[in-house]
Amino acid sequence: MSSQLLTTTLFLIVVAATIAVTVWASRQTAGANDYYAGGRSFSAFQNGLAIGGDYMSAASFLGISGAIALFGYDGFLYSIGFLVAWLVALLLVAELVRNSGRYTMADQLAYRMRQRPVRTAAAISTVVVSIFYLLAQMVGAGSLVALLLGVQDGALQTLVIVCVGMLMIFYVTVGGMKGTTWVQIIKAVLLMTGTLLITFLVLWEFGFDFSSLLAAAAERTGKGDALLQPGLRYGSTLTSQIDFLSLSLGLVLGTAGLPHILIRFYTVPTGRDARKSVLWAIGLIGSFYLMTLVLGFGAAALLDTGPGSAVATSGGNLASPLLAEAVGGGAGSTGGAVLLALIAAVAFATILAVVAGLTLTSASSVAHDLYASVIKRGAASEKAEVRAARLAAFAIGAVAIVLAIPAQRLNIAFLVALAFAVAASANLPSIVYNLFWPRFNTRGATWSIYGGLTTCVTLVFFSPVVSGADNALFPGGDWAWFPLSNPGIVSIPCGFLLGYLGTVSAREPSAEDAFRELEVRALTGAGSEPGGSPARAPAVGPLEPVTE
Amino acid sequence: MADRAATPSPQGRDRAGAEIYRAIHASPEFQALRRRYRAFAFPATAAFLAWYLLYVVLSNWASGFMSLRLVGNVNVALVLGLLQFVSTFAIAWLYARFADRELDPVAQQIERRYDEENGR
Repeated sequence: MSSQLLTTTLFLIVVAATIAVTVWASRQTAGANDYYAGGRSFSAFQNGLAIGGDYMSAASFLGISGAIALFGYDGFLYSIGFLVAWLVALLLVAELVRNSGRYTMADQLAYRMRQRPVRTAAAISTVVVSIFYLLAQMVGAGSLVALLLGVQDGALQTLVIVCVGMLMIFYVTVGGMKGTTWVQIIKAVLLMTGTLLITFLVLWEFGFDFSSLLAAAAERTGKGDALLQPGLRYGSTLTSQIDFLSLSLGLVLGTAGLPHILIRFYTVPTGRDARKSVLWAIGLIGSFYLMTLVLGFGAAALLDTGPGSAVATSGGNLASPLLAEAVGGGAGSTGGAVLLALIAAVAFATILAVVAGLTLTSASSVAHDLYASVIKRGAASEKAEVRAARLAAFAIGAVAIVLAIPAQRLNIAFLVALAFAVAASANLPSIVYNLFWPRFNTRGATWSIYGGLTTCVTLVFFSPVVSGADNALFPGGDWAWFPLSNPGIVSIPCGFLLGYLGTVSAREPSAEDAFRELEVRALTGAGSEPGGSPARAPAVGPLEPVTE
Repeated sequence: MADRAATPSPQGRDRAGAEIYRAIHASPEFQALRRRYRAFAFPATAAFLAWYLLYVVLSNWASGFMSLRLVGNVNVALVLGLLQFVSTFAIAWLYARFADRELDPVAQQIERRYDEENGR
């Protein structure tokens, strides 16, 4: 009971700290540039932390260490795709997008295409990807808090989902990008500190000998060498192997197309800072995944992970918290209770930061792309646009709460993989074509976005994830004809192919002049949105549009 | 096309700017910058994607090779996985150094020229 009290107290401290930061940030938010892009005043290091805070979701923190605890090496395989993916963002996307866009993913497409069709397509894709991701996080939050407080109660889980939803609406409507970024920075620092501490304690137990940690894990789980080799999770049938290849493609190509990652590049003063923030993010995320390797094998070595154990029944999600308790001195000890509460609070902060980033991304796209450009055709005042963004954040938050409550009983792991697959199939092709292919045009962009999105969602609908398998969404029905759970291996080439076919089949006059501008801007930063100075005073009086 | 003309680009693109962009694009400095960037970014992307896919394929279809022990309980699979981390850090570091030395000076020069000609 005292452990639960401690956990609850730490939760409340995290909530109080993030609310205080959000209120502080709201006082420094004056116009659209502040609301959408945090005034472009964050340093590369701050943004690197925030990218880490945005990216390392509870699925990474609890999910990957749990997967390593249960499946050994196969859990580790998963984290490698998440890291390597950042090279796509570093080499091809981050700097160029910062230089050629303004607030949303659609901006750099709209640079040389017909505004309304591309912005509509990009906004739809942004909202779909973000909602999939958001649902996974919120449902995860509900079950996680229930597990950590030791209460298996449906009503409590619903209450947690509603509270998390209301907090995220608060961060985003009140604090905008500045508030959200600071929440993500706080979370990244908490997450890295907590993970480092537990990693150190685990290695301490094994005298800093990684090989003996592996030996202990192989022995304790009774799986022997199989734990250290590929195959425990992704099996040995050809279908499951191709499925894993498909998942890997989605992970490695999806990251650079995730809208909530793309808009983080706009929060720094220059394209060079965007590049440097990705470097920081790679360092942070890479060291974090290396530590989850120790946490995962540590949990396998020190905890009971057999059938029926708490780790196994939670799908691995409890591996890190219980490991923290064990290395702190075990259940019942003060050290164990403190570390358990600490890791639980870190996991909670993790969820809050990720859901805030996702809500802000969707709200920005709805307000900036759909409201200001498609509906008002660029005639909306800046004030009205920011008001629309706040309303959109409220509406999207409400929709996410309403969808997450019935989604609680569903298997949510596939939602994250699906978000990555859609990002890789619908968003990445259009971004890459737009930056590097002079001939690419409006039809190519809409075909690749709608085509990639539809292919992805359709294939998943007809996959064993949705019907025909025991753990499917609708275990009763069977309309599955697509054998893979991950559509990437088909839908990513589809997105690229449709982008190509749309482009070459259109009679649209080519916009090569605009492409030359885009190229100069993307590579040199000439004429890109200027950055704000870190200590800019809030504007007073009526707001001026920020266009030069 | 009409749609684009009717909606002024929110990016602040204007006609005078267009002339400057055209001149910069045609300049040998910019062409060299573009060539240099692509000569690094494209092969590096192809290389790390191929290396990552090789690793996934080996994990899937070469389990005998992957489970060979190298040191203690550390096997080939684990070492190759850790090498993915090493190669990611290395490519990131190399690109950062390359961009600092080879790209940024030229890019900044071109950006200054744009600002001067655009009267900013």
